[in-house]
Amino acid sequence: MIAALIGLPLLGATVLLLGGRRTNAWGHFLAVAMSAASFLLGAFLFIQMVGKSEEEREIGQHLFDWISVGAFQIPFGLHLDQLSIVFVLLITGVGTLIHIYSIGYMEHDPNRRRFFAYLNLFVAAMLLLVLADNYFLLYVGWEGVGLASYLLISFYQQKPSAATAGKKAFIVNRVGDVGLSLAIMLMFVTFGTVTFEGVDAAVASGSSSTVTWIGLALLLAACGKSAQFPLQSWLLDAMEGPTPVSALIHAATMVTAGVYLIVRAHAIFDLSETARTAVVIVGAITLLLGAFIGTAKDDIKKGLAGSTMSQIGYMVLAAGLGPVGYVFAIFHLLTHGMFKAGLFLGAGSVMHGMHDDVNMRHYGALRTMMKITYATFGLGFLAIIGVPPFAGFWSKDEIIYVAFSQSLIIGLATLLGAGVTAFYMTRMMAMTFFGEARWEDDVHPHESPAVMTIPMIVLALGSVFGGMAMLFVGDIEHWLEPVTGFAKPEHSVSHSVLIPITLAVVLGGALFAWLRYGRRPVPVVAPTDVRFLTRAARADAYGDALNEAAFMRPGQYLTRSLTWFDSKAIDGLVSGLAASIGGLSARARRLQNGYARSYAVTMLGGAVLIALILLLVRL
Amino acid sequence: MLLTTLMLIPLVGSIVVFLLPAAKATLAKQIALGFALATLVGSVLMVLGLDNSSGGLQHVESYDWIPAFGISWTLGVNGISAALIVMAAILVPVVIVAGWWDAENSGRGTVKGFFALILALEVFIIGVFTANDLFLFYVFFEAMLFPIYFLIGRFGGPQRAYAAMKFLLYSLVGGLFMLAALIGLYVVSSRELGQGTFDYVTLTSLNIDPATQKMLFLGFFFAFAVKAPMVPFHTWLPDATAEATPGTSTLLVGVLDKVGTFGMLHFLLPIFPEASKFFAPVIIVLAVISIFYGALLAIGQTDVMRLVAFTSISHFGFIVLGIFVMTSQGLSGSSFYMVNHGFSTGALFLVMGYLVSRRGSKRIADFGGVQKVAPILTGVFLLSGLSGLALPGMSSFISEFLVLAGTYAVNPTAAIIATLGIVMAAVYILWLYQRMMTGVPSKEVEETVTEISRRELVAIAPALAIIIALGFVPQVALNVINPAVDQVQTYVGVTDPESAVVIEGSGS
Amino acid sequence: MNPNNYLILAAILFTIGVYGVLVRRNAIIVFMSVELMLNAANLAFVAAARNTGTLDGLVVAFFVMVVAAAEVVVGLAIIVTIFRTRRSASIDEASLMKY
Repeated sequence: MIAALIGLPLLGATVLLLGGRRTNAWGHFLAVAMSAASFLLGAFLFIQMVGKSEEEREIGQHLFDWISVGAFQIPFGLHLDQLSIVFVLLITGVGTLIHIYSIGYMEHDPNRRRFFAYLNLFVAAMLLLVLADNYFLLYVGWEGVGLASYLLISFYQQKPSAATAGKKAFIVNRVGDVGLSLAIMLMFVTFGTVTFEGVDAAVASGSSSTVTWIGLALLLAACGKSAQFPLQSWLLDAMEGPTPVSALIHAATMVTAGVYLIVRAHAIFDLSETARTAVVIVGAITLLLGAFIGTAKDDIKKGLAGSTMSQIGYMVLAAGLGPVGYVFAIFHLLTHGMFKAGLFLGAGSVMHGMHDDVNMRHYGALRTMMKITYATFGLGFLAIIGVPPFAGFWSKDEIIYVAFSQSLIIGLATLLGAGVTAFYMTRMMAMTFFGEARWEDDVHPHESPAVMTIPMIVLALGSVFGGMAMLFVGDIEHWLEPVTGFAKPEHSVSHSVLIPITLAVVLGGALFAWLRYGRRPVPVVAPTDVRFLTRAARADAYGDALNEAAFMRPGQYLTRSLTWFDSKAIDGLVSGLAASIGGLSARARRLQNGYARSYAVTMLGGAVLIALILLLVRL
Repeated sequence: MLLTTLMLIPLVGSIVVFLLPAAKATLAKQIALGFALATLVGSVLMVLGLDNSSGGLQHVESYDWIPAFGISWTLGVNGISAALIVMAAILVPVVIVAGWWDAENSGRGTVKGFFALILALEVFIIGVFTANDLFLFYVFFEAMLFPIYFLIGRFGGPQRAYAAMKFLLYSLVGGLFMLAALIGLYVVSSRELGQGTFDYVTLTSLNIDPATQKMLFLGFFFAFAVKAPMVPFHTWLPDATAEATPGTSTLLVGVLDKVGTFGMLHFLLPIFPEASKFFAPVIIVLAVISIFYGALLAIGQTDVMRLVAFTSISHFGFIVLGIFVMTSQGLSGSSFYMVNHGFSTGALFLVMGYLVSRRGSKRIADFGGVQKVAPILTGVFLLSGLSGLALPGMSSFISEFLVLAGTYAVNPTAAIIATLGIVMAAVYILWLYQRMMTGVPSKEVEETVTEISRRELVAIAPALAIIIALGFVPQVALNVINPAVDQVQTYVGVTDPESAVVIEGSGS
Repeated sequence: MNPNNYLILAAILFTIGVYGVLVRRNAIIVFMSVELMLNAANLAFVAAARNTGTLDGLVVAFFVMVVAAAEVVVGLAIIVTIFRTRRSASIDEASLMKY
């Protein structure tokens, strides 16, 4: 049963990739069907799970013994529990909606079949990631989603920027993979097992420094996949991919895999204060950095990407707070998955109507031309900035509340982040849907077809009701508790004080943005006489510049000098030896001058020499 | 008799093909393919006949050859050599199909000569992996050079003479050191046993004093390090692969070079256990250097064939690393790595060959935008590349991870540094992909590069299928390899380090 | 007679031979000088055999004679052929086999 969840989309991807052009006509329907079937199966399993008592909810499926070398025993096993199932529903649910949306969005693309094959491959890999019952199998899913992400970012392969962005995403993720590899090795060497169950059971007997190192290695992995500082730079470039991809992979699901990993490995983080602190710091830095970058972007997708970084920063931060935060990290992950996917699809819809222009300075006054997009984007907007009772409010408020319970600085960081979020999202709303029209000459905005708007409406409904549904109907805290553990924070500012403060900060940020971008006209060309901070935000806080100076240039220099060294020094030494022997032979050849007499003299000389030596030795 | 028969099949094939009239080129190809497939069937039967509960030599046969010096025709296989033989037996038909027109395209030599040489090479490959008399091993070790020498020197590119001679000289010099050490070993054995011998099993039971062991070890190691090749004895490999036909490069790097690492695993560790332990730290450092050196140079190459050669140097670093950490994960990982590397590098060489033969240039800069004109070829390229960078889900990932995990248990520093190599693997493969496959195709690329042909696809498909299949069911190979690895560990007298925390009943 | 005298004679004959080989250009003379050297060696062998009273030296002397005869056959044939083709028997002119 569990295997079928993965198997269906995998089958879809295989058929589409191997089937080739023959499947062009119906390929996208197959992909949608496979994803939807996986969702229905997931929903069925979910209902089944709800019906069971708490102890019986966790089910496993051992498929076969995967690897067995000495003590290195890895099963190919799947595992479905309360945590996995919510991911399954998110992945397949949002995934199916985005599949449907893509039918419209990619309608005119000649490579649509391949696009759908990759999407299905992604869904399969992501499901493997969340369903694996050990870290090694998780790694396969982990890298599988990375591969799908690579393929989809560089989907427009003729564009050099897209090819570069895909490569960059993969390589930065590989840096994170080093962390995951090392974590698995450490687990194996320390505990002799890498299954979740085995590690959870053994972790208490590991030395505290080892556990901390495992935690830090896992954090590195999470940083890579979830675009957290200092491995954040790939996510903004990843927006080169088609917009549905940004919605599914780079907003709703894949980038949150790091949060999943941390929560899944909570047994390790529970034991290591240091690792948790590192997680919180990374989360706090990223949440502010992403929001900061989001404030200055004119590219609507990059603005949303900065926002994604920032929101994942919230989740990571929450996950780093320990048992008080795991549940809310997942909660925010789920609500974010819905409203951010909705926002991205809205952005895609806007682009669809604007000739694929992503520059918000060319938008404006679209609320009358694209009513449905405006409404769904607006609901997503209200959800992300955290206006009650929309989805984002419930999850973000809980994170801010828990953050204040742990540390004032962290709490203030989350509060500040909320204000900046309100600022950049209001700016985005204002520049896109309000103000005067700043369209390019031959652009005629129009609403997208129903195949695209219906998924947007569904996600908008999720943005409105998702938070309440999960909190009040689903009781997510207690649903996840058996897996992640849950503790009420001991002391914190009370909700009744915190909520008004948070709302005031959010309203302040929104108002500020409205005054700057809603009331005043927006210049069509980005002003250049801006302050340093704006310039820094436009340049992604100089993340790329730093990478280039610290890694790329020294790397290129090293490569060039080694290439020189190899051909000149190592090969030169060998060739030099050969050449000198050759030269010596050429010289020795001159002795063969062709005169018999000179040969005779040489012989005589030799004979005399031998005779002399014999005589001398005898004496 | 099984193993001798297995060698006779390609030998007969080689002779038959060679005796054909030169005009019957197609017939020569078909006969060569037929004999190669027959050898494959034979080698699969050989593996199926193995008893996986024992790590010792099996299918053993022994006949006196030169009794005065204790030299015999002793053949036998264990799991490791059996896996390598099957790998080679799969690659030979693959190479024959992929190189169907290589002989004609080279414009020199006869078609039948090309295929006769490939089959002759297969004879020696089987010989070198099955020989369990060290003298016989040496004979095959050297004999192997000559088919390759002619394959490069006759059918290669413009610099073929230089490349072939460089390859031959490097190998011969390495072989010379081995010969010296071999004679030394014979002398030692005659001193210890009264009657000198080259028999593998007898030699493993010998107690050679440590100082002598170290000297003899170095002689063998040098030969194997040149063959493998390890930095700094590697410069012949890029030259050879740049000039050889893609099929030759596949066999050279995919199979022949494995003799070096196989020799380390099968001869060095069991016969010179003390010396192996003594030199292990140095060799581990060399291996880690190889990993990085190969990867960095691969990034810096402008010629596709040389690039693949350098990636292999990096991969051989991993293999050697796994061997000399001497844990079961490291040894099994390395053995499995040898098998996987044959397929993944073979696939890379073949797909590069497809591209080069179309475009008529090996320079990376001459490509670009191939995905537009040849999407299936691009997909095949990407799959081969991904197996080269050890993507999880492919067999190369499992072997690489086993090596790293096995290394971590005894030498965490080396493991951590080597793990960084996976980042560079991504850089060299993906950057290559970006430069050759993405972007807008130039006019030349649009005119010359055509979609992969059915024959080419049929040739490369088995390699890719095996890479993916073994990624999910690696036990098929590991079950064969593991007992032999245990045997090696017994010979050396090492055991796996215990994990720090032992939990009852966990892990499976 | 003092056996050393035979050896001295042999040495003188040998030196004359060497001198002839080194300074003369006519192939025939060089050839005869070589014969002279061979016979000098033979003389030494025979004298030594007489001295020690064994047959070894005599046997070697016979060998040398046989070799010398064979050499004459081959050598003269080569010289005659060279003379026929080049109209000269000077060994300095026959210097084709050089680097």
